[in-house]
Amino acid sequence: MAETLLMGAVAYDPKVVTIWDGFKVYFAEQGLDFDFVLYSNYERQVEAHFGGHFHVAWNSPLAWLQAERFAKRAGRAAHAIAMRDTDRDLTSVVIVRDDSTIKSVNDLAGKKVGVGAADSPQATLIPLLHLAEAGVTPHDDFEVVRFDVDLGKHGDHVGGERDAAKALLDGRVDAACLIDANHLGFSKEGTLPSGATRVLAQTKPYDHCNFTVLDGAIEDARIKRFRELLLGMSYDDPKVRPLLDLEGLKVWKDGRTEGYALLEAAIDRFGTIEDFLAGLGKRCM
Amino acid sequence: MSGEAARKACARLDLADLGFDRGAHMLVARALSGIGVGETLDVCGRAPALGVHLRAWCRQMGHPFQTLGDDSEIGGDIVARIARGDVEIKRWAGAQRAGHPDRDRDDAVSEHPAPRWGLAARGALVEDSAPAFSFGIDHKHVVWTEEAPRLYAQAAAAQWDPATAIPWDAPFDIPDDVEDAIVQVMTYLVENETAALLVPARFLAQMHPHFREILQLLAIQAADEARHIEVFTRRALLRREVLGLSTAGGQASLKTLVDEPDFALAMFLLSVLGEGTFLALLWFLHRNAPDPVTREVTKLAAQDEARHVAFGLAHLSRHAELDKTLHARLALAVEQRHEALMQTAGLNSEVFDALVLLAAGEFSPEAIERGYQAVMTLQQEMDVGRRKRLAKLGFDDAEAERLSALHTRNFM
Ligand SMILES: [Fe+2]
Ligand SMILES: [Fe+2]
Repeated sequence: MAETLLMGAVAYDPKVVTIWDGFKVYFAEQGLDFDFVLYSNYERQVEAHFGGHFHVAWNSPLAWLQAERFAKRAGRAAHAIAMRDTDRDLTSVVIVRDDSTIKSVNDLAGKKVGVGAADSPQATLIPLLHLAEAGVTPHDDFEVVRFDVDLGKHGDHVGGERDAAKALLDGRVDAACLIDANHLGFSKEGTLPSGATRVLAQTKPYDHCNFTVLDGAIEDARIKRFRELLLGMSYDDPKVRPLLDLEGLKVWKDGRTEGYALLEAAIDRFGTIEDFLAGLGKRCM
Repeated sequence: MSGEAARKACARLDLADLGFDRGAHMLVARALSGIGVGETLDVCGRAPALGVHLRAWCRQMGHPFQTLGDDSEIGGDIVARIARGDVEIKRWAGAQRAGHPDRDRDDAVSEHPAPRWGLAARGALVEDSAPAFSFGIDHKHVVWTEEAPRLYAQAAAAQWDPATAIPWDAPFDIPDDVEDAIVQVMTYLVENETAALLVPARFLAQMHPHFREILQLLAIQAADEARHIEVFTRRALLRREVLGLSTAGGQASLKTLVDEPDFALAMFLLSVLGEGTFLALLWFLHRNAPDPVTREVTKLAAQDEARHVAFGLAHLSRHAELDKTLHARLALAVEQRHEALMQTAGLNSEVFDALVLLAAGEFSPEAIERGYQAVMTLQQEMDVGRRKRLAKLGFDDAEAERLSALHTRNFM
């Protein structure tokens, strides 16, 4: 391993550069030599992580499961070492037009349901699992209409959900799936006019991103220092606050993995990452 | 109601039908601000997506979302229990008051306002992560005078409308030679007024806005000059289609003003010496003008200039009291400007002759002699005025006399 602690992150938006450049400066001031590598998609990032190209990954929940499952198959171990407070206990909702005849989940049979990118936990996988468990199976019982803005970004880009919400208002789909925070945001900004839509279903809470390390890296002094610095970042520090605001959190929390149970059930049901794991197995084992 | 009782009474909030799509966050935030960090608030309401939105809002704002009355967050009445987080408190923990709006308080105007106070109103509470601005003029002793508010109020009250304040249509009949002289003088005045606009405007943009009263005064001073430029141009074009001459010497003199980077030195050369000298010139033009329009534009401009001179004297006097090196620097600035302009022609002869003709009124030998004498007297008045103002700034008589004599022959 090189001297510098290297982090991998996915460039889902140009602001990602601003965010991690800011963290780099902050870590340098605290005496931690930190740098980052950006990937255009999570699959390439997960593969590079197993290839030893960097030490810690800022992973989407789906990328975490990709890493965790591949680690298991390869006899290795993945650890979630930290996450944002805002990564915990998210929910997603399925909404319909307020005047819709759809009153319950079962009424979705034969309808069109708008979702985000195929690999979006929050706007596709978890809400579709919720519907499936409630009795309507995607593709079999209702049509799934995808709003793929950027495949490989695991739904980090908000565009897919916005497109789905607009399609719902336009009548191109009968229901739309989105994360609760976007539902709040779209309602406040007027993308979803007050009273125009109704929440049909809400998923159980689940967790989102985390910092992932592999194998013995969890004992590495630089990783320990990195985690310690993250957890020590306080919102009352004027140097830290702009970074936290940019990255959308108030405080870093310990990593926890119980919150990925819903997504695990979803990918088991839909076979979302099987092809990726098989391909990765051929290349990396 | 006691504090404790009020707190208990606030621990439940009924939003009725109000949702987060129509402002519910304001009521929730207000209720939370009334309880202590970690204490809980029960929120109930009937808005359709209330539970969903409350959960997402609390997550974004750092307020723990604890439990929900029943399992569902959608439809029907819901009750959720949330707790107050400490994010807002942390956010403002290091905030600083940017002085105080009441300038009569000792702590009102900071000697050296922080770059982070930036554009904040004086007296506002400024978040400590605000960006640092680069205002180069950020020391009170360099800019401040207690006179500023009074001068600003005077200036605001004295703003005149060029369209109505001047009798543009008044009939008058003057010889062509004299009209030509007026056009030349106006052409000269316009370039001087332009320098007088640019210099304060440039410093205005570099000054820390904490010194609000000074900013206001410089802004209205620049606006005064804008009107002077307008009315002098309009008078020049009243009966002619072309303007007069602009000489290299005149512009060289003004360029030394525009190029001076130091606020105190530039304002000394411009306001105390230049505009002070101009006061005499404008009143001379007012007295000797052959037509009512020229009489009025020069009078209105002279009244404004008196304030500009007063401001320059006021802040430089205070500055000189606090900084004992200032006198020497001011004197050096006059000497250096004199050196720089030695090889230039100074006041152009066309302007000089035009002033003589205006005072003469006609081209007879007796009248010209009278006019010439009047301009000589004007230059003596200018010198007396400069020495008086230099004395006010604390220069002794000999030094005042010496510096006045070194002042640019271009007047401004
Ligand atoms: Fe002026
Ligand atoms: Fe002026």
